[in-house]
Amino acid sequence: MFEAQNESQSQSLTIEDHPAKNEKSAGLETFSYDNKTVRNFLIATTVFGVVGMSVGLLVAIQFVFPEANFGLQYTTFGRVRPLHTNAVIFAFVGNGIFAGVYYSLQRLCKTRMFSDTLSKIHFWGWQIIILSAAITLPLGLTSGKEYAELEWPIDIAIALIWVVFGVNMFGTILKRRERHLYVAIWFYIATFVTVAMLHIVNSFELPISFMKSYSWYAGVQDALVQWWYGHNAVAFFLTTPYLGLMYYFIPKASGRPIYSYRLSIIHFWALIFIYIWAGPHHLLYSALPDWAQALGVVFSVMLILPSWGGMLNGLLTLRGAWDKVRESAILKFMVVAITCYGMATFEGPMLSLKNVNAIGHFTDWIIGHVHIGGLGWNGFLTFAMLYYLIPKLYGNKLHSEKLANVHFWIGTLGIVFYAIPMYWAGFTQALMWKDFNPDGTLVYSNFLETVTQIIPMYALRAFGGLLFLIGVFVMVYNLVKTARAGAFKAETQAQAAPLTTGYQAPRNEHWHRRIFEWRPVNLLVWSLVMVAIGGVIEIVPTFLIQSNVPTISTVKPYTSLELNGRDIYVREGCYTCHSQMIRPFRDEVIRYDPADLEYSKAGEFIYDHPFQWGSKRTGPDLHRVGKKYPDSWHYYHMLQPTSMSPGSIMPPYPWLFEQDWDKEILPKKIRAMQTLGVPYPEGFDLETIADAEAQAKRIAEGLRKDEIEVSPDKEIIALIAYLQRLGTDIKNIDEVAQVNKD
Amino acid sequence: MLKFIKHHMETISGIEIYPIISFLIFFIFFFALIFYVVRVDKKVFSDISKIPLEDKTTDHEEV
Repeated sequence: MFEAQNESQSQSLTIEDHPAKNEKSAGLETFSYDNKTVRNFLIATTVFGVVGMSVGLLVAIQFVFPEANFGLQYTTFGRVRPLHTNAVIFAFVGNGIFAGVYYSLQRLCKTRMFSDTLSKIHFWGWQIIILSAAITLPLGLTSGKEYAELEWPIDIAIALIWVVFGVNMFGTILKRRERHLYVAIWFYIATFVTVAMLHIVNSFELPISFMKSYSWYAGVQDALVQWWYGHNAVAFFLTTPYLGLMYYFIPKASGRPIYSYRLSIIHFWALIFIYIWAGPHHLLYSALPDWAQALGVVFSVMLILPSWGGMLNGLLTLRGAWDKVRESAILKFMVVAITCYGMATFEGPMLSLKNVNAIGHFTDWIIGHVHIGGLGWNGFLTFAMLYYLIPKLYGNKLHSEKLANVHFWIGTLGIVFYAIPMYWAGFTQALMWKDFNPDGTLVYSNFLETVTQIIPMYALRAFGGLLFLIGVFVMVYNLVKTARAGAFKAETQAQAAPLTTGYQAPRNEHWHRRIFEWRPVNLLVWSLVMVAIGGVIEIVPTFLIQSNVPTISTVKPYTSLELNGRDIYVREGCYTCHSQMIRPFRDEVIRYDPADLEYSKAGEFIYDHPFQWGSKRTGPDLHRVGKKYPDSWHYYHMLQPTSMSPGSIMPPYPWLFEQDWDKEILPKKIRAMQTLGVPYPEGFDLETIADAEAQAKRIAEGLRKDEIEVSPDKEIIALIAYLQRLGTDIKNIDEVAQVNKD
Repeated sequence: MLKFIKHHMETISGIEIYPIISFLIFFIFFFALIFYVVRVDKKVFSDISKIPLEDKTTDHEEV
């Protein structure tokens, strides 16, 4: 530990050594910091780190051994992958954020948290939300929007608990004994206000039952809102709070003030202003309007400046202290964390360039990219924080510095073994997808060839994940030993003078300090204004201007049975492996729509609540899969994918052949769709069940001709209905040619 | 819901000026921000940046 000062000693303050040397100093107040909530969040982040990463390892193994889903629907990739992402983002990183904020905020504000009760509600509320996510996601209760899969009651709970966090944080800031808000607090404030805005806007959904809802938005609009959310969840959940933690814990651990406070001010405003605009870079070459794509690219490229400004600020804080880095595992973790942040934030803007995105998007490159951020930046900074805080809270030295170093090296190797195979796989996929023969046909016309080629890379990736997880277990052992040997200090005593009331800043004081740095409410409001402007300019025009989503008259609402099948598609998380977005590239139209060569048009998605464009192609795109194969192909393929596609790593879905599709809820679904503007005829909700049954019967009879006996009530029938409809509305239509010209 | 907004936006005369105003606001804000951080007394910032390190009270209004 470099901070040789014992915390309680540093708090004991005499009037002589007080810089202000005035009468206020005599009025020192004694108070205590709440360590219990911090400790609880630290335990939670560790436990859910282990859980979330173990689930990650499980899904990684399923790429190599699909049977690792144990033949159960609850542990199949499409349901467990959202569990992994939600667990590591909201449980592991989320609890990490709260632990760091509760520790640093009290000390930076020189006051105890505003309310112990709110702290308790916040802690337990958040854990209950995580628990409900862990139950509902494997059950297939999902809204089908990436990183926002949780259903509406949980969404409401998240909003409420987030407000509790905000009130507790703001109450603390308002009763502070340090007038100046240190830069870490600005990042916390921006995090709170922006995540609240993102979560509420993206979670607009129409409930139709206790655990089922439809996104308020459809198609292109849903995609834009979702990726505005998704991108900024990365920005304001995985980045800004961790930058705040960086600005606090790096000085603490290295015993040096931040390299440039000037830079941190520019860093803050520039980062929050620019980040919010960059969301559309997740939708390049999609059916999103061009102007929105261009906006996303420009702001993404600009984002390098504040990101690297922050990274350099963190790294340069250690200038002249590299000898300490050699000895301290904590600083090593921090250096690699910041370096990974720098790598990921360079890579991000590069991937946002349209020509690079054409190669990287939908491939494993993106998975590599996010894990540099996730494992390196978030993971390692959390580990550093844990190694720093647990000994402090238990009044003890770390059990073994050596084991911490072992963890560091295993973890670093884990990142390397994870990332390099993913980059390799990503480029391999892109090159194979786009490879043409001289006669203009695809070299790898069977998508499966591009999958089997990279399975060794998937195996290496799983090995990397395993290494990383072993490192975490080493850490858990080390921290438990540390805690056991010490005694937990639930409170830390401190003294500080209260702020003078009615204080007026001198006239010559700088405007930024008067307006923001001493005024937390101003900071909150203007942070919100800053981020809201980007969101409004991006999103509102898509809602306002008709020409952004050209409607195609032949595109009709789904039939009752197809709608039901679509809900099964959403439930099974098919979007985690299959996209529904054929980009306007020669190789994609030839591969996915060889007959008509049609890429995906915005107007085709206007009834899609939620959109299902996906972000990764482990399997082929499905947007034009309708009528490509006979019903019987889908039947056998869903029952045993390898029977139709030998070598496929898609898991079988036997439960679809046992479970009946839900009839009773259909009228509610139709009424909900009508509310959302889908033009089903008046009174259709009364006929919908009969309509669905009739279509199911036709499909079952068709299958009987191929010697397949199946009840029309089974879920597979509804799913086949949906799959056979996909992308068929615009086949051989003159109007489409016109839209293409426009 | 958003239809209402649409109608109102379309009926605002001279709505084209708004992007220019926004650009100016942000340009001026960041310009002033840079001006501020360059001009500020070094001692003030060095003092503030030590807040996490000193668990003592620092009275910035007195500095």
